Amino acid sequence: MPAQSIWTLLSWGPEGWSDDIAYGALVTIALALATLPIGLTIGFFVAWAKQSEEPSLRVAANIYTTVFRGLPELVTLFLFFFGMPILLQYVIRLFKPEATIDVDSFIAGMIVLSLIFSSYASEVFLSAFRAIPKGQYEGGYAIGLSTWLTMRKVILPQLLRIAFPGLENCWLSLLKDTALVSVVNLAETLRNAGVAARVTKHAFLFYSVAALVFLVLAILSSIATGFILRSLGRREAR
Amino acid sequence: MSVSQAISVERPPPRARGWPRTRIIGYALVGLWILFGLGILAYLVYAWNGEFFARYAPAYLQGLWTTLSLVAISMVAGALFSLPVTYGRMSKNRLLSGLAYCYVYFFRGTPLLVQVYLVYYGLGSFRLQLESVGLWWFFREAFNCGVFAFALNTAAYQAEILRGAIESVPRGQWEGAASLGLHKLQTLRKVVLPQAFIVALRPYGNELVLMIKASAIVAIITVYDLMGNAKLAYAKSFDFQAYVWVAIVYLVMVEILRHGVEWIERRITIHLHR
Repeated sequence: MPAQSIWTLLSWGPEGWSDDIAYGALVTIALALATLPIGLTIGFFVAWAKQSEEPSLRVAANIYTTVFRGLPELVTLFLFFFGMPILLQYVIRLFKPEATIDVDSFIAGMIVLSLIFSSYASEVFLSAFRAIPKGQYEGGYAIGLSTWLTMRKVILPQLLRIAFPGLENCWLSLLKDTALVSVVNLAETLRNAGVAARVTKHAFLFYSVAALVFLVLAILSSIATGFILRSLGRREAR
Repeated sequence: MSVSQAISVERPPPRARGWPRTRIIGYALVGLWILFGLGILAYLVYAWNGEFFARYAPAYLQGLWTTLSLVAISMVAGALFSLPVTYGRMSKNRLLSGLAYCYVYFFRGTPLLVQVYLVYYGLGSFRLQLESVGLWWFFREAFNCGVFAFALNTAAYQAEILRGAIESVPRGQWEGAASLGLHKLQTLRKVVLPQAFIVALRPYGNELVLMIKASAIVAIITVYDLMGNAKLAYAKSFDFQAYVWVAIVYLVMVEILRHGVEWIERRITIHLHR
């Protein structure tokens, strides 16, 4: 291969690799954004269970966080990526003996990242729950709201505001954890940068570009969360 | 008929211990976990393979040792390197604090996997230059590359932990020590650090746990740590229990560490509980 200049390698189009890496960055963002609502929902309910008065709920929620915070992210990913097809196949073969199952790496990554994100987010939600005085619940019940309505209309708006800075940290580590899914062949930023590195033999260049993409994503999220935080602060009751 | 009964206030009736919805859900979830645990156990019993165990158990032990030494070396090296970074972060010199800030931001803002790749594959492309400086022998080994990347990464996190802990000590402590005639270094060593370490213990423990978990990454750059051996065992035998066993080992390791740190914290803060 003729020695190409760095600028050709980084150009947009068939000669360069920028378009591939940009596409990978889109996949990274899509994965993180797809994980976020699932993880937040599970995390909220797990935290709710953890501060409940019912001991069995607390136990169940604590096992959940212990397991998914204790396992390395990579191990969880492999367990799901290789284990889920075996399990699904076993179940489906009961009905349809011929079926074969393949798990999409995007879906597997989404499930695993949701599990991990939710177990960290639940800790953030839990400390936010503890910061809300009991009178808020009692006030809700006193005006005749049901448990669920009190939670949704009274507690949740305050909870989100308190939990927001902690959730920002969870989001940032979620962004970084998406890089792990490249290991199971999802064509995201790091994977595409790796392909470029292997083809062009400019490993340092392309992994630096990948690092830069993640840095830019982190900076963009800090700017975005700064906006949200300011608008939250403006709406705060004084 | 006693007197106390006559004057007793009318208490609200005790809350009925029936089956409210939360309890039903809670029992169902715990039941689900128990089923899940039994399922794993049943799977391990069903898939029990003496040959598999005999062949790979020593490899797993070897891998455990590799994991532990990798984490230990990089934690210590990171702790040493975090000192100048912390100094830079806290210094009033604009240039120094800016540099330290960029360092910390880079290593905390990019995935560890990218950093490991940058060291292992990236530095590999500077082989000639490294050979001429006489550093190639170090970066040739995947293990060393892992240690290097991990140490740099954890140094950034530890610098933040240390800075936070030092800044959590009130200014009055510095002023008090200064008025006693202690100089800066003495104050740091005898007054500030002992208080800072109590604050820093839990974050340090968390960082250790995070490092142990993150160390599974080095399996990707062909280091045969615990995870690396699991990958190898799976690739050779196609037996899924390879990953189940490794998950159990990691989980037990992390739990032991977490409880150990909590125990130490309880012990060294005894004087604070009244």
